[in-house]
Amino acid sequence: MTATDFPAETTMATASSRSRTDRRMALRGLAFVAPAALLLIAIYILPMIVLAAFSVTDYQLGALSIRFVGLQNFTAAMDDDVFMRAFANTVLYAVIVIPFGVFLALGVALLVYNRKRSRAFWEVAYFLPVTATLVAMATVWQFLLHPSIGPVNAAIKWFGFEPVAFLSNPVLLIPTMAMIGIWQVLGFNMVLFLAGLTAIPKDLYEAARLDGARNPIDRFFTVTWPILGPTTMFVVVTTSISAFKVFETVAVLTKGRFGSETLLFNLYLEGFEYSNTGYAAALTLIFLAIVLILSIWQTVHMDRKVHY
Amino acid sequence: MAYVRRYLPHLVLAIGAFVMLLPFYWMFLTSIRSPGEIFDVSLWPIPKDFSAGENFSRAASQVPMARFMLNGVIVCLGILIVQVLTAVPAAYALAKLRFPGRRLLMTLVIAALCVPIQALALPLFVGLAMTELLNTYFAMMAPFFLSVFAIFLFHQSFRSYPNEIIEAARMDGFSEMEICWRLVLRGSLPSLAAFSVFSLVAHWNDLYWPMIVVSDTNLAPPPLGMLYFADVESGANYGALMAGATIITAPMLVCFLLVRRHFIAGITMTGVK
Repeated sequence: MTATDFPAETTMATASSRSRTDRRMALRGLAFVAPAALLLIAIYILPMIVLAAFSVTDYQLGALSIRFVGLQNFTAAMDDDVFMRAFANTVLYAVIVIPFGVFLALGVALLVYNRKRSRAFWEVAYFLPVTATLVAMATVWQFLLHPSIGPVNAAIKWFGFEPVAFLSNPVLLIPTMAMIGIWQVLGFNMVLFLAGLTAIPKDLYEAARLDGARNPIDRFFTVTWPILGPTTMFVVVTTSISAFKVFETVAVLTKGRFGSETLLFNLYLEGFEYSNTGYAAALTLIFLAIVLILSIWQTVHMDRKVHY
Repeated sequence: MAYVRRYLPHLVLAIGAFVMLLPFYWMFLTSIRSPGEIFDVSLWPIPKDFSAGENFSRAASQVPMARFMLNGVIVCLGILIVQVLTAVPAAYALAKLRFPGRRLLMTLVIAALCVPIQALALPLFVGLAMTELLNTYFAMMAPFFLSVFAIFLFHQSFRSYPNEIIEAARMDGFSEMEICWRLVLRGSLPSLAAFSVFSLVAHWNDLYWPMIVVSDTNLAPPPLGMLYFADVESGANYGALMAGATIITAPMLVCFLLVRRHFIAGITMTGVK
């Protein structure tokens, strides 16, 4: 054996030992992800395939026969008054909750941010509704808004106005639920805005002051608002997603009576109460299409929002 | 003027906080007042007739309130434990090991993050109905055994763990399991705490899925139990109803007040509720 063989041999030895560790690492990696991967298939991938398959059939849970109907379920949805009403209600709900839920939260965040000693107290007060079980709190709201024994109407009467039938006047049902929605989401959005405000460098305000932005409102529009742009966008998207998923308040307050169904509540009735599985699958895909646009945007931006 | 400037923010915040806290105050006040005071809309904190005992015992006797709470604890803990057991090794492998299909799996995890549970509910329900698993704890927990969000979150946090320490631990004869659970996870305890809060709060408060798979009152978690209770009482006895609402919201509210920082971080970490 010559001396020149020596390095070649060692390279070969390390190469084969590396490929052995590589293979061992690959096997371990596969073993580590196996439970998660199997669950991913069982909980996400298979159900999505089954859902798509259901949506083009007339399947009803428990039925013995099943027929391919093409896109008939989707066209039926467009002609379904209840579904279209649920859709319109959900859009109305979102249109009320998004601006108020976002801009009131921004206002509260701006006020809370500058408090030194009392900041913790305000944070707790505004965040409390986020943690509370919405089903229980919706029951409390039902009582608060009661036409004859609720304190809200008592106050309205005390000011000399007619009592308001928040939960029996069909026109007011969705706005009333939207108000509860705003009450619940406000603290959540406030915390997201507070995180955004913390990230603004203090010297920017100093620079703006020197540039002539003398009053706080000018400084808000020259510094805070532009820098908070991405945070605001994120808050708008998350608020929209939760608005399109409104369910609990409907389940407690009206159960969809008086034409107050929302997308998810209608979906619940069709799929799980009436067992119209095929039709409900088509409705689910429509719901998913709406939410997906928003949630893809959110997931792409979550990378940055996850740390704090 | 300066005086107004100084106190105006406090005044505005106080009015807002009054609205935010009014439901909690009213809930608690009604739960300790006698049903006879139901027409008394005053916010005076001391009831004429203190009947907390009566209201709470009625709430507990009308429906199995203790059972609802126990169901909530079983379901929430069951879900959390399996989520952590499946997500931590997967996240570790995705962050620190090379294996075939790694990119595919990561892509699927990100894609699954965009899919809400409500979209999967129908096929999962049909599957559980066909295997006759409806009305079981398993049915309530199964769809949440995998948290793609947990994988995503732990992956983010494990990635920054120094590779040199992992290499050194391997040299010292640590098994890969030990490295994953005893070294890497220990470096990410804040993430684990935040995720636990997120998971517990989300499932304690969830109504949609339990409402689909459970019709047996004895298996109902707190939100579904509250719904049954509200239907039973249907406006007849607000004192008992509010006592029930107090019992159900109390655990999360108390935990929130005790560990405020973790709670806020845990719940807002996703942006998804």
